[in-house]
Amino acid sequence: MFKFKSTIATTIGLMLILSFAWSGAFAESYRIIIDGSTTVGPIAKAFAEYYMAKHPDVSVTVSESGSGNGAKSLINGVCDIADMSRFMKNKEFAAAVEKGIMPVAHVVAMDGIAIIVHPSNPIKSLTVQQVRDIYMGKIKNWKELGGPNVEIVMISRDTNSGTYETFEKLVMSKKKIHEKSEYVGSNGAIRQRVQSTKAAMGYVGLGFVDRSVKALEIDGVMPEASTIVSGVYPIARPLFMFTNGYPKLGSHIFSFITLYLTPKGQEIVEEIGFIPVTRY
Amino acid sequence: MPDVIKTADSERLRDGLLMSKGALRMQSVGALAGRSILIAIASSSLIAILFIFYFIIRDALPFFQIEGIREFLTSTRWYPSREEAEFGALAIFFGSALVTLGAVVVAVPMGVLAALCLSDILPFSIRQVVKPVIEMLAAIPSVVYGFFALVVFAPLMQERGGSMLAAGAWIIFAPLAVLATAVLSDLLSSRLDGKARLVSQIVSVALVGGLFLAGLLRMHGFLVGLTIVSGTNALNVSIILGIMALPTIVSVSEDALNAVGRDLREGSYALGATRAETLLRVVVPAARSGIMAAVILGVMRAIGETMVVWMASGNAARIPGPWFNFLEPIRTLTATIAGDMGEADHVTGSARYHVLFVMALCLLMFAFISNLASEIILRRARKRGSV
Repeated sequence: MFKFKSTIATTIGLMLILSFAWSGAFAESYRIIIDGSTTVGPIAKAFAEYYMAKHPDVSVTVSESGSGNGAKSLINGVCDIADMSRFMKNKEFAAAVEKGIMPVAHVVAMDGIAIIVHPSNPIKSLTVQQVRDIYMGKIKNWKELGGPNVEIVMISRDTNSGTYETFEKLVMSKKKIHEKSEYVGSNGAIRQRVQSTKAAMGYVGLGFVDRSVKALEIDGVMPEASTIVSGVYPIARPLFMFTNGYPKLGSHIFSFITLYLTPKGQEIVEEIGFIPVTRY
Repeated sequence: MPDVIKTADSERLRDGLLMSKGALRMQSVGALAGRSILIAIASSSLIAILFIFYFIIRDALPFFQIEGIREFLTSTRWYPSREEAEFGALAIFFGSALVTLGAVVVAVPMGVLAALCLSDILPFSIRQVVKPVIEMLAAIPSVVYGFFALVVFAPLMQERGGSMLAAGAWIIFAPLAVLATAVLSDLLSSRLDGKARLVSQIVSVALVGGLFLAGLLRMHGFLVGLTIVSGTNALNVSIILGIMALPTIVSVSEDALNAVGRDLREGSYALGATRAETLLRVVVPAARSGIMAAVILGVMRAIGETMVVWMASGNAARIPGPWFNFLEPIRTLTATIAGDMGEADHVTGSARYHVLFVMALCLLMFAFISNLASEIILRRARKRGSV
């Protein structure tokens, strides 16, 4: 009996000490929690790394769960910054305002969606209309575009992603993607599928284009930094970070969210493969 | 010398052995508390199940109010993200069923045969090594399987799909053909004697074997000619899911086969049965219900798997044409739930959010029913005294 009591007392004591230690460990550092788009995620991560190196007392955590989830987290007050590769929807705004959250948009970079194919594919250039026809299932074979006689394997991002929504808006213009299209969970997975599948076609953010895949000219314009910033390339979009209200001047969130305006921030954005919005 | 012990001493002794009233009370309170804590812990999984059912049903019901159930069950048009959304999940149900069927076709023959081999053929020392190795398959995280399916298996299928299929077909059908030829020629010439029998055997082996060989070669030609355009398809996922379900099937059916007992086996041998006859006519029928339960558990493993199908099934919500075409991408219930959960915001309580709960409910019901079925089968078998 004695032993039992003392065991319990010790357990409770230990737990108390632990919980104090726990809260103590976090009370010291300032935390910025970021959630959202897998496209904007790399920018947030690079910013976070840079920022934490400069301010060791600040810890920045970046999760990548999709633009929709980012908005959801901001609305529910579980993150400070929501990364989004699309603008907030009316419904999300309404839900946010209802909960007393005022989303403010910061355009941190520009992104072009590149249409990619296997490097061995002879096709070099397509029009937006042709891309749409392919994804609608009207054009089924590479032969119809002057390529080899194989069925086109269309690969799309899951409907949960901002990349999908941008593609749907800018390319599909409200037409349905054919049911035969495959869906994968990330930009990296699309690149992986395209680089290993000769007949594949996919779309990824410009930052994910490398030598293992071939980006196509769209309407005669190559997806490049200059064509995207100038608005000549047809499938381009701004990338957002949303905060609850404009952050208090001088606060950590303020200096974090304005990083993209600094030369160092632009350098980071360029390094990851996106295009800085402003050029000094 | 009883009178040496004084009464005061004996009383003190008795008091020392007996517990005081306070201590007694403490003890009963402690026992009560202990019991209640244990009961609470034991019932927590039950409570968890009830809560899961409650919350899933609660979030599933609004879908029927918003959209009704007709479209969900009869249409194959799955466009949940559009403004005029369509929620036809038939193709998705079909996809789940198709990969589960595929996984069963891969895992059940292999699993049951492996269990038979483990329980009756391999010597004890080897079995001690092989069984843990097979069970290790269950310890590999599903995302690793998914990664393998996506990065290794899918490109392999695209590059050498035809020859891989042909090799698989040879591995499966060549031994079967040899076995069938042997049995058939034996049957055909069983009535004859002496030299006539020998001649008949040779002739029938040549005839039947030739026939099978021709068939196999034809199949080989057909399969080698096939090109798999996309490696993330139902076949890929079926094979991987089959491998994932294998340890469950092997270990449960091996337990069932072991439970059949020495007496039945030795009785069968004593009656003059060969090992094959003993296995096929005595051991397997006696362990039938245990094997059945193993198969059901394997099916549940396959239908509930999410990561592998999300990564490697292609996720195209479409019934392949023709329906048994395993070389086309499909979409399953689990992958749909995993993939669509993020955007389906519950803040606005959209149909898109609730439809996922309807799917979860369907999966839960299926798991519940098949679990119940396997439990009933096993219980009946235990009552009968075989497993």
